[in-house]
Amino acid sequence: MTRTSRRQTWRLLFLISPSLFWLIVFFFLPLILVFAISFGQRGTYGGVKWVLNLENYLRFFDPLYLRIFGRSVFIALATTVICLLVGYPLAYFIANRPPRWRNGLLLFLMIPFWTNFLVRTYAWLLLLRDAGLINLFWTGPLHNLLAQLALVVPLPIWGPLLNVTSTPLKLFATDGAIIIGLVYAWLPDMVLPCYAAIERLDYSLVEAAQDLYANRLKSFLRVILPLTMSGIVAGSVLVFIPSLGAYVTPDLLGGAKSIMIGNVIYSQFMSARDYPFGSAISFVLMAVMLVGTLIYFRMGKE
Amino acid sequence: MAEYAVELREVSKHFGPVVAVDTVSLSIGDGEFFSLLGPSGCGKTTTLRLIAGFELPTQGDVYIDGQLQGETPPYRRPVNTVFQNYALFPHMTVFQNVAFGLEMQKVPKEEIRQRVLAALEMVQLPGMENRKPDQLSGGQQQRIALARALVNRPKVLLLDEPLGALDLKLRKAMQLELKALQHRVGITFIYVTHDQEEALTMSERIAVMHKGRVLQMGPPAEIYEQPADRFVADFIGETNFLEGRVSEVRAGEVTVLVDGALEVPVPATANVVGGQQTTLAIRPEKISLHASPHDLPALPGRIEEVIYIGTDTRYLVRLTEQTMVMVREQNLGAGDMVRFHTGQPVYVSWVFGCARLLTE
Amino acid sequence: MQEGRKRNRRRGQWLNRLLTAHGVAGYIFLYLPIVILVIFSFNASRHSAVWRGFTLDWYARLFTDQAIGASLINSLIVAGGSTLISTVFGTMVALAMERYKFWGKLAFDALLYLPIIIPDISMAVMLLLFFVLTKTHLGLTSIIISHVAFDISFVAVVVRARLAYFDISLEEAAQDLYANEWQTFRRVTLPLIMPGILAGSLLAFTLSIDDFVITFFTAGPGSTTLPLRIYGMLKLGVTPEINALSSMMLVASMFLVMVSLLLQRGGGGKGIEMM
Repeated sequence: MTRTSRRQTWRLLFLISPSLFWLIVFFFLPLILVFAISFGQRGTYGGVKWVLNLENYLRFFDPLYLRIFGRSVFIALATTVICLLVGYPLAYFIANRPPRWRNGLLLFLMIPFWTNFLVRTYAWLLLLRDAGLINLFWTGPLHNLLAQLALVVPLPIWGPLLNVTSTPLKLFATDGAIIIGLVYAWLPDMVLPCYAAIERLDYSLVEAAQDLYANRLKSFLRVILPLTMSGIVAGSVLVFIPSLGAYVTPDLLGGAKSIMIGNVIYSQFMSARDYPFGSAISFVLMAVMLVGTLIYFRMGKE
Repeated sequence: MAEYAVELREVSKHFGPVVAVDTVSLSIGDGEFFSLLGPSGCGKTTTLRLIAGFELPTQGDVYIDGQLQGETPPYRRPVNTVFQNYALFPHMTVFQNVAFGLEMQKVPKEEIRQRVLAALEMVQLPGMENRKPDQLSGGQQQRIALARALVNRPKVLLLDEPLGALDLKLRKAMQLELKALQHRVGITFIYVTHDQEEALTMSERIAVMHKGRVLQMGPPAEIYEQPADRFVADFIGETNFLEGRVSEVRAGEVTVLVDGALEVPVPATANVVGGQQTTLAIRPEKISLHASPHDLPALPGRIEEVIYIGTDTRYLVRLTEQTMVMVREQNLGAGDMVRFHTGQPVYVSWVFGCARLLTE
Repeated sequence: MQEGRKRNRRRGQWLNRLLTAHGVAGYIFLYLPIVILVIFSFNASRHSAVWRGFTLDWYARLFTDQAIGASLINSLIVAGGSTLISTVFGTMVALAMERYKFWGKLAFDALLYLPIIIPDISMAVMLLLFFVLTKTHLGLTSIIISHVAFDISFVAVVVRARLAYFDISLEEAAQDLYANEWQTFRRVTLPLIMPGILAGSLLAFTLSIDDFVITFFTAGPGSTTLPLRIYGMLKLGVTPEINALSSMMLVASMFLVMVSLLLQRGGGGKGIEMM
């Protein structure tokens, strides 16, 4: 075997030990801790009683929690689908710009993504709440415009329309608000992988398809879509995972009735102080994420 | 003063299951221009790196100037390397690049300045000190890389296919320049290349490598005129191979029956016995063509193809159903150069000794 | 067949226009809320969203607000500390991963990527549990520790991308010219990967300043950072000061991120795709 230099081994150890230490102690260990605690019980004063049991995991099947879990999955799925419908064409658009523009466009896509999440979600709060901008427009200028039109052109439809625009839309504190907030937050995570897949596409394949099918829709469905599927799957995973575990968005935009798993975890840790149960929920969430991540990496290999 | 500048004794290098260098032994003399020649993957670059210290041998020993280099790192070896892609430091000026080695050896500033400017003069690029590498052409970069190495006055200069990225004319000019430079400076040059013409042009001695082993080592003429085996004969220049069976063995001469029909006498350069299968090698330019048989031993054949390429004309001559040879005739004289035409019967002959026995 | 082609071309143009419209709309969608937020931070009206005139009042109030000042200082301490530590550790580990092969490298690589993939809340929970059970005092230190835990991975990714473009024969050339490992690193490697290191540290800084969930869980009383302060203010009610504060944070983050991305692209466009 090779005479490995002992110098080299020391240097390697020197380079990785700080990070290795940090990640093991402050990441890996906590991870194991969460798993271990999830089998414990809540102590009287909020500590942990180390009594092994599966109670925490069984509590999942309580209809209360099942409903929340179901809602979270629904919201995450809806977010993913909308991101796909909005993001894929957007990625296609960028990929079809002249090469000089593409990097600049991607840059502008990413900049909002890396700013403060809280602030961006707050921006939607401003827009969506009852006294927010959208409703202000709705009950204000729009309502007035319709009123003006009603005077000029007498038609029966104005009545109900005016009625609708006189009260603010219930946009805030709904599942819909959460979905909008999440789509806004994670759209770039869908666009980037789709863009990468579309850009890698060999355009001559598309031309051959158009030649064969003489129909843009068919050539899209039969050729482009399947070939960019890896990007679609990657993007979907990248959007679904954080949406499922969202905390800030449902907290700010969702109101008391639209809570998601993230909020439950928060309340278990901050108010109820039921660490074992909170850990169990956390762990299930992480398990789902792990599955998603594995799918992402399998797709990434192609 | 050691006997050899560089010595490799039974050196092997394994990368996992892959044997890159297989029990290689070399002795390179002081001031010699020595080339390692072979196709890609033959182990020549790895051998060079073993001398430089970028790789450590799995087995065997490397000696530089008589000193055993066990695990000595590159920065403690008295050798310098010219890399294939030049590896000039992009963030430094030409001056800083060339001065780098001297700086690391803590040479005083004044001396550094003198030596760097002298080195630039030597490679004929004076006045370039303040340029950055990306402002230079390929040929200029190559010469700066050379200056950067030579300024340190190493015992041995290692060159890893330094001319590979240059266009043909420039490459040929640089070959001659490098050879002249080596004479002037008097340093041992160890040169790695896959271009056999380059090796033949520049070297005092060549080691032909294949699959990690040295197949033959010697001066260019020896390598060319007396190839040791089939690979060397095929790799260097062009060769015709004739398959046959030994029919007669005498002192100093062996007769081989080629393809059951042609009797070819060859010098007894290898130990063969009667009846043994063997291969003969003969170079295209050694064969002469005649319209009618002379007194010289001549073999009959028929022209199958004529190829005119300016400097010479090539003929593909079929001798038997299985055997065909290529013949090169230099286009001497004026007028119509093509002496024979397709389909014409001819006789081929050569000087005794041009056809050689090959060992596998 | 000819008719179909002609129809196709017309439909093609129409489709292209639709695609472009969608693209433009997409970018408007991304930037509009931010723009509105910034615009309304200058609104002279306290409560309503109706525009009542331009004012810099709300920004002025920020500068006199003690609590905000304190949380800004905390944010800077946390971001500064975690950036410093994670840049050094992250660069070291990037060098190790790009230069060496060793037993367990794949597993370590996975461990290195996990903090990037794992969602905030899971990481926050893990760290909180760890601190509580080890009876660690929750304060600025616990926040810094948590931030470093994910910052290392981000710095490592950015520096590795830069290293991948690095020509290793340059290091060999330096060693050939009598520079030992440390000299090679200092004179050749470091200057050439410096843009990557800077980009990575800027990214770490931004992530640290902007972080909410993890900080929320691992902060103690009295160690409020800026995002935590904003959240607290939000819970009390929407005010234009929040707009002003948010706008400033937005502009700061955007600027930092732009510089980081531009630094990365200076040496190879992989930076964006890496994220």
